[in-house]
Amino acid sequence: MTKVVAVTGNEAVANAFRQIEPDVCAAYPITPQTELMQRFASFVSDGKVKTELILVESEHSALSACVGAAAAGGRVATATSSQGLALMWEILFITSGMRLPVVMAVVNRALSAPINIHCDHSDAMGARDSGWIQLWSENAQEAYDNAIQAFRIAEHMDIRLPVMVCYDGFIISHSIERIEYLDDDIVKNFVGEYKPLYPLLDIENPKSYGPLILTDLYMEVRRAHAEVYKKVPQVVLKVAEEFEKISGRKYGLFETYRLEDAEIGLVVLNSAAGTAKDVVDEYRDKGIKVGLIKPRLFRPFPYGEIGDALKHLKAVCVLDRADAFGGSFGPLYLDIATSLYPYSIKPALINRIYGLGGRDFMPEHVAYVIEELKKIVETGKVESFKEYIGVRE
Amino acid sequence: MKKVEIRWHGRGGQGTVTAAKVFADACLSGGRYVQAFPEYGPERAGAPLRAYNRISEKELRMHCPVSHPDVVVVVDPTLIEGIDVTEGTKDDSAFIINSSKDPAELRKKLKLKPSQKLFVVDATKIAIDCFGRPMPNSPMVGALNRVTGLVDLETLLEDVKKSFGKKFAQKIIDGNLLAVKRGYEEVKEG
Repeated sequence: MTKVVAVTGNEAVANAFRQIEPDVCAAYPITPQTELMQRFASFVSDGKVKTELILVESEHSALSACVGAAAAGGRVATATSSQGLALMWEILFITSGMRLPVVMAVVNRALSAPINIHCDHSDAMGARDSGWIQLWSENAQEAYDNAIQAFRIAEHMDIRLPVMVCYDGFIISHSIERIEYLDDDIVKNFVGEYKPLYPLLDIENPKSYGPLILTDLYMEVRRAHAEVYKKVPQVVLKVAEEFEKISGRKYGLFETYRLEDAEIGLVVLNSAAGTAKDVVDEYRDKGIKVGLIKPRLFRPFPYGEIGDALKHLKAVCVLDRADAFGGSFGPLYLDIATSLYPYSIKPALINRIYGLGGRDFMPEHVAYVIEELKKIVETGKVESFKEYIGVRE
Repeated sequence: MKKVEIRWHGRGGQGTVTAAKVFADACLSGGRYVQAFPEYGPERAGAPLRAYNRISEKELRMHCPVSHPDVVVVVDPTLIEGIDVTEGTKDDSAFIINSSKDPAELRKKLKLKPSQKLFVVDATKIAIDCFGRPMPNSPMVGALNRVTGLVDLETLLEDVKKSFGKKFAQKIIDGNLLAVKRGYEEVKEG
């Protein structure tokens, strides 16, 4: 039995955390994540969950407490945004290096300076090489569903890695939408009882975490660590398959929309993908063969599968909600370009930066980009590889 | 009904965002998809703000402000002096204005097209009558429901009771329920 509700994205993820009931949650408030942890803190104080909630003095401490609790043998969750994630940076690598299955909601927000509380993807993109698995979510339903699946993925014995669940600040975190909740029992059963691996609290069998490894073996450790990520896609797919059985909702490594027979395509993450789908439909009605791909598993990036899905197109625009200063391209563009590089015949590939600091991404922006792609196909020429859309010049 | 897009104009502290949320929640009935979201500017009491609703039988994927509203709800009558509440409206858009003024005067003031509908309700007066405070959001929700006909009044009242029940005393809840009902009954086309 599912329950249909109208809730904010933060409320939905807080409810997922309540249903999962982690052993420990350490967090520090930051807009737009605050509402999520405020709601979860209410569940703790109302006795709805037995989670040990640790209120700390900074995000650096929040994730450090999570590392300690996870190494001790507990199921652990946290959440942050923007500067908070930036402050966690040091500990992000320690979490993944120690193979601790911490789950963190990242409510995407722009980075300072100048200070801005609204959505863009600079925060999570800055952490993309930190060894955390990243799942991205278009709407509140996907944020809720990904949060539930994240625990199964993180805790899978083949990988044991931390997972970030990303969703757009304000646009999703604070907007009310219709979503379907699963029953508590179904979620609890799906996630299952936590199985610790080498817990520090097992004092009969002492273990050491994060030892000093110098030139003799560090490179071998890192090489072995990199190997683990190859197993992640199959784990994500397996968990998605089981999740479909309890929810009826299908998830993959990415979502394609009207892409199979398309000639031009868009690549876009999170909430903007929804807006873009509506515009794709409008252009399809006019006979324009346009499609879309929305990555879900962004780290590890499924290069082979995404390259294969895009290679038949004539022109593709990668929409990035984060810039990369220094003359380079947006982070999503770089990965898409890499995924297409092996093919001798491949689409023309352009990069458009949009929506920084919460700038609205409107249907007319999508239409503008589709028109650009049409022109590239007609003329065979790319006038500019990287541009900004929706900006006052 | 395929899709109804609503734009609210209010001022910080008038309960406009709450009104949009309550209305979305009430519209969930019948398996509909709903959205309710404010425009997040600097949040100050008295500052003009916008909020939005989308209500649809199909899944709502659009995640951006409503540019071409089917219905414009003006919660604070003084706003029409300073901002253009007709921006982006269609030939058949409907306007619901909280005002004690004559509809003909408002129609002239807003330069509405003859094809655009105007509805007027003195929501501030109703609010003061019902619970003693100039909070026009509850009567405006009632008026909006009358104009759009999206849910029956009973469903809406149940939802208001549910939403307000968490925060307010019974007296305030009863006052608001009456205000919703009166907004529904007293809104006039002009």
